[in-house]
Amino acid sequence: MTNKSVIDISTVRNDFPILQQTNRNKPLVYLDSASSAQKPNAVVNAVVNFYNKDYANIHRGIYELSERASSIHEQARLRVKEFIHAAHVEEIIFTRGTTESINLVAQSFGKLNFQAGDEIILSGLEHHSNIVPWYLLKQQIGIELKVIPVTDEGSLDLSVYKTLFSARTKLVAISHASNVLGTINPIKEMIEFAHYHHVPVLIDGAQAAPHMLVDVKALNCDFYAFSSHKLYGPSGVGVLYGKKQLLDDMLPYQGGGGMIETVSFSKVTFAPTPQKFEAGTPDIAGIVGLAAALNYVNAVGIENIFTHEQALLHYAESKLTEIPGLRIIGTAKPKLGVISFVIDNIHPHDIGTVLDHEGVAIRAGHHCAMPLMDRFSVPATVRVSLGIYNNENDIDQLIAAIHLAKRLLG
Amino acid sequence: MSLRDLYQEIIVDHGKTPRNFGKLSGANHSQAGHNPLCGDKLTLYIAEANGIISEVCFEGKGCAISVASASLMTEVVKGKSLSEIEELFSNFHRLVTEGTVPETDLGKLIAFSGVAEFPVRVKCATLAWHTLKAALTNNPNPVTTE
Repeated sequence: MTNKSVIDISTVRNDFPILQQTNRNKPLVYLDSASSAQKPNAVVNAVVNFYNKDYANIHRGIYELSERASSIHEQARLRVKEFIHAAHVEEIIFTRGTTESINLVAQSFGKLNFQAGDEIILSGLEHHSNIVPWYLLKQQIGIELKVIPVTDEGSLDLSVYKTLFSARTKLVAISHASNVLGTINPIKEMIEFAHYHHVPVLIDGAQAAPHMLVDVKALNCDFYAFSSHKLYGPSGVGVLYGKKQLLDDMLPYQGGGGMIETVSFSKVTFAPTPQKFEAGTPDIAGIVGLAAALNYVNAVGIENIFTHEQALLHYAESKLTEIPGLRIIGTAKPKLGVISFVIDNIHPHDIGTVLDHEGVAIRAGHHCAMPLMDRFSVPATVRVSLGIYNNENDIDQLIAAIHLAKRLLG
Repeated sequence: MSLRDLYQEIIVDHGKTPRNFGKLSGANHSQAGHNPLCGDKLTLYIAEANGIISEVCFEGKGCAISVASASLMTEVVKGKSLSEIEELFSNFHRLVTEGTVPETDLGKLIAFSGVAEFPVRVKCATLAWHTLKAALTNNPNPVTTE
């Protein structure tokens, strides 16, 4: 694939054979990439190939096969470093996903640096994975959680954000983009403000990394977490980026083989970062798959993906806003290709069932963001989310199915 | 498997205009029920004496299936004994999970026969019944489908 100024959508769709199937005997229209993305042949083949030809444990066995597996694994780490423009490859830690990455920071950075009465700033649009780890820390050591309110359009209220800082503020943890509203948060500005107050910032990049350029040096964030499975890679793998000096000082998260230098029953010395945070044998094939996914995304071009999805987002919004009784929740700019909506007098779960029947796969529920549902006084929303393989035909099918739902249930 | 099998006219009607909706003065039992995956929430208010249900009302918000199920349940259990209600629930449960039509007459509840073809919606259909059961066995905890 060569870099093009616009995505060659039919070529892309052919790379994803799963899209050729039917859903309830209708052509599958997959609009749930925010939950998890489908995988291109290149990723599936990379995993199968690895198991067939290159598989052995990493951690430098003395035979050729192990050397090769170890080298492929470290190449994958380098691919990730390049993808997010990190300064050092030691700043890339492989985890099981964004959720584990955030738990790692909460336990390993939080327990070291926070005490009872210290404060953490979160936002009202966070995913449970960037709420519950901090809630657990609150239960464990007595930190306080402060919450940036969300405006009616679905943005973070920056004027309130600035007032939340105090002498006890120890961390800001916010998402790069909302998985419900699509809002792209002004994190660069928020990070600058936090740093002015000597407060580090963790960014939950699960929703953003697959859809827009991420440059952790330019953002100057202290931690950045994202998942392979939303980035067209295998499930079970994620990344935590952390600035080297922070990672060097942090305590280990899990103990075991691979993260030590020496072990005796009286004393254990630990490996340097990133190995310090990678206990046990990882999902090596999954990591290989992630590297293949990053290669795939780079070949298409992350900027091209962003442009493609923005155009489709505008097409979808223009069609949805024509439907009487339909209200989009999350109208902030800029936003990613994530559209949550409700329809008067019809429950999202009923809309979801009708859409399913028409081949359209969306998500109806709280999207792991119960506080955000409460903020907008809805029990749930229908969420449409775009990926690299979606086109206008997908949106047209969605609209037709929504009209059917209105006829049947409205 | 057609949508009309699930969303029969009576279900759409009761989903939009539930019967026995509101608080019940003179209720001697009440119980909350919650389906967190769907966002269905309801509270039942029950007037029961000597093992016979004289009236059930409910409040809440939810999908068409859960609201219609609660509404039809309030109609069907009126005047029934606790053991009759147990049997009704058991038959209703088999209807919505397996599609089995029982020998005893389910009355209007037969409208839910389509649910069996949409397994994701079973919990919506049974929420009101689980909640009723909990209320009558004096379970102090709110009912949740999870």
